[in-house]
Amino acid sequence: MRFKDVELFRDVKIDWLSKKWFFLGFSLIFSVAGVLSMLFWHHVPVGIDFKGGTQVRVSFPTPPNEDHLRQAMDRANIHDASIQRLSGGSTGNEAVITLPQSNDSNADSARTAVVGALASNYHDSSYKIEDAYTVGPTAGKQLTRQAGWAVLWSLAGMLVYLWFRFEFIYGAAAVIAVFHDTLITIGFFSLFNIEITLTVVAAILTLVGYSMNDTIVVFDRIRENLQLMRRASLAEIVNRSINDTLSRTVIASGLTFLTVLALFIFGGEVLHAFSFALVVGILIGTYSSIAVAAPMLVAYQDWRASKGKSTQLTAGRKATI
Amino acid sequence: MQKNLNGKIIAIIAILLVFLYGIFGIPHGSLKQTLTDRIHLGLDLRGGTHLVLQVHTAEAVAANSDNDLVRAQAAVAKVASNAKATKPDASQPVIVISGVSSAEMQAVKSALSGTEYSAYDISSTADGYKMSMKLAEIKDLRERTLDTSIETIRSRVDSLGVAEPVIQKYGLGEDQILVELPGIDNPDRVRDVIQSTARLEIHEVEGGPYTSLQDAQTAMQPDAILVQGGNTAEAQDYYALKRIAIVQGPDFRDARASQDEAGRPDVSFSLTTGAGDRFYQYTSTSIGKSMAIVLDNRVKEVATINGAIRDQGQISGGGFNKQTAADLSLMLRTGSLPASITFLETHSVGPSLGAASIRQGIIASVVGMFAVMIFMLVYYRGAGINADLALILNLVILLGFMGFTGSTLTLPGIAGVILTIGMGVDSNVLIFERIREEIHAGKPASAAVKNGFEHAWTTILDTHVTTIVSALILFFVGTGPVRGFAVTLMFGLLANLFTAVFVSRVIFDSVLNRKTRGEALSI
Repeated sequence: MRFKDVELFRDVKIDWLSKKWFFLGFSLIFSVAGVLSMLFWHHVPVGIDFKGGTQVRVSFPTPPNEDHLRQAMDRANIHDASIQRLSGGSTGNEAVITLPQSNDSNADSARTAVVGALASNYHDSSYKIEDAYTVGPTAGKQLTRQAGWAVLWSLAGMLVYLWFRFEFIYGAAAVIAVFHDTLITIGFFSLFNIEITLTVVAAILTLVGYSMNDTIVVFDRIRENLQLMRRASLAEIVNRSINDTLSRTVIASGLTFLTVLALFIFGGEVLHAFSFALVVGILIGTYSSIAVAAPMLVAYQDWRASKGKSTQLTAGRKATI
Repeated sequence: MQKNLNGKIIAIIAILLVFLYGIFGIPHGSLKQTLTDRIHLGLDLRGGTHLVLQVHTAEAVAANSDNDLVRAQAAVAKVASNAKATKPDASQPVIVISGVSSAEMQAVKSALSGTEYSAYDISSTADGYKMSMKLAEIKDLRERTLDTSIETIRSRVDSLGVAEPVIQKYGLGEDQILVELPGIDNPDRVRDVIQSTARLEIHEVEGGPYTSLQDAQTAMQPDAILVQGGNTAEAQDYYALKRIAIVQGPDFRDARASQDEAGRPDVSFSLTTGAGDRFYQYTSTSIGKSMAIVLDNRVKEVATINGAIRDQGQISGGGFNKQTAADLSLMLRTGSLPASITFLETHSVGPSLGAASIRQGIIASVVGMFAVMIFMLVYYRGAGINADLALILNLVILLGFMGFTGSTLTLPGIAGVILTIGMGVDSNVLIFERIREEIHAGKPASAAVKNGFEHAWTTILDTHVTTIVSALILFFVGTGPVRGFAVTLMFGLLANLFTAVFVSRVIFDSVLNRKTRGEALSI
């Protein structure tokens, strides 16, 4: 049996750079919405592994009543608990009870207090404690610092690597694109009020890598075409390169997106925030290689031209592997 | 060319078998049994307790210098009648010897020049000497305290019968210990056993019992501390005790749960020979005085010294039941913790959450993998089979790597496997697209394949290196679950470099070998 010759994107000739204002607008809408939310609305929702506190996940045989849970806590003198019902997922009827941090010496007392409150005050005794997590403030701060450094080192490492393989401007354009992706992704977390935990930071670092990949594929093509199309303008070369790699970009991103979507839908509650970060990140990462990194190269060259400097964007060091 | 190709195919099959062995070992028992033997599951999948403890090593330094103070006092008293040794700040390892006349200075200096005081820098002051513990010594002492704490916790945990516990130094801060106990999802008893310093000491009673804090404070001497009586639930009267203990933790050689005359549970202990001698000396010169047995900073019992005691004793202050007496004896036997600990982080995962997570992770992996495989078959036809085979081999190598290195699979790790599927096939797409381009440009099949691989190689290398860099950083920063993710991502990418480039090429070559000249390539 022979499949029909399926090939998308054959001989694509889209002028991407002319759409740059449209792209800019699109990016701005999402970035600004995210930043506004981070500043004024939900701020940056952060998990307890960064901010400290206690979180107890309890599963019930039937959907739990939030008011009853709150009363059970109040009767045990726990007044600052936040109670959230979790729907969906295969574990079904769950609630998450979160308490803000206490000082280090009774880091564990909050958990015992919650467990005790449920045991003595909740009317239904057939619940099960699935997960109990307490983080003291010291541990939380250390982790925040560590995670911050990790992201910075990651970006620096990539900048250096790209600088080595291409020219500095390529590295800068790629890093700005990645920064754009991270900002919008975190903005989405803020907009949807989903907590950022350490695993989410892992997802964000992964999509930093992924967005870089995508950008590198386009840059590699630009570098190749700079050699081949010596008479053409940079804008033409960049357009040509994006069109050449469009097939690969869409399909590869599409496949990765498929797997990440499978994770988002089937992967369960615990990985939910993680897969959300990847879903958003892959879409934005693919978009940014075309809409942010490439136009940036051209814009940089135009800026140099307007200052009267040399306008020949070289191909950088020729790859010799 | 033919022989080369066959050699390569054999090499690939050999690698496949090697990594299959990595996953399964020699199969025995059920499939599930074999798998879980080789690949360790993280706490988030297996259920268990994860603890991060902070050891207050400064306490051990203070206690150590207290002992040195007692010795120095005794040594100096022999040669200088009015000399006194004190610690101006109880928490700092600095000892001041004062009241030494100029005639006695030399004698005192030689008394302090023994090896017992080599840890100190000794400088002279107006009327004596000042001994400060050297920084290197302090650092060394803190290291040893941390190590001893780890060993003590390990022996306590072992006695609880936990399989495969993890107890080790923890990188994020100073003096931190990581404890992971799989299978224990109720951390309360474990925490009590671990946390109790079980600091049992015997102090001389200087005054008390006082019913109010103020009375106790006014009557207190400068080198005394105030300790409350009663058990932890309700604190009662205050006692003023001499700060430096007569008998301390390391002096206990053995302890057993026993019963007192009324049949109530209590703890019998015996001291080491050296400590026994000291105790004998003290008790024989202190008849009529009172001594207090202090457990974890509470006075358990106050007894009058009626005669000299050598090395056997009993703590029967009441408040013991069989379980607590047994636990206390265990802690005394395994040694008390040299310093107190606080819990920075506790996380306990129930086993059912872990099982649910595994199930969901596997479903997501299978769905993702099938989606990708079917797409590749439809879009790239014959070459799609190539990609799918490479994908399967990729997974085998990835899981085999994990089996061989004994890595831990966590829930984000499963996500990493899923990501590897998606990102891995990216390399294949890159190569295939390039090959298609070459074919459109009119090149014959074998040249197209050759060019495709060559041009795509640098891009594949670049993309893999950047992602491996992020994964490495994640590995060093992350703990537990995140580390598991970094590990599967890295191994997956490395495996992918091999399968996408070498294996795919071999499969293409063997397909091309079978084709006649000019026949089209199914891609």
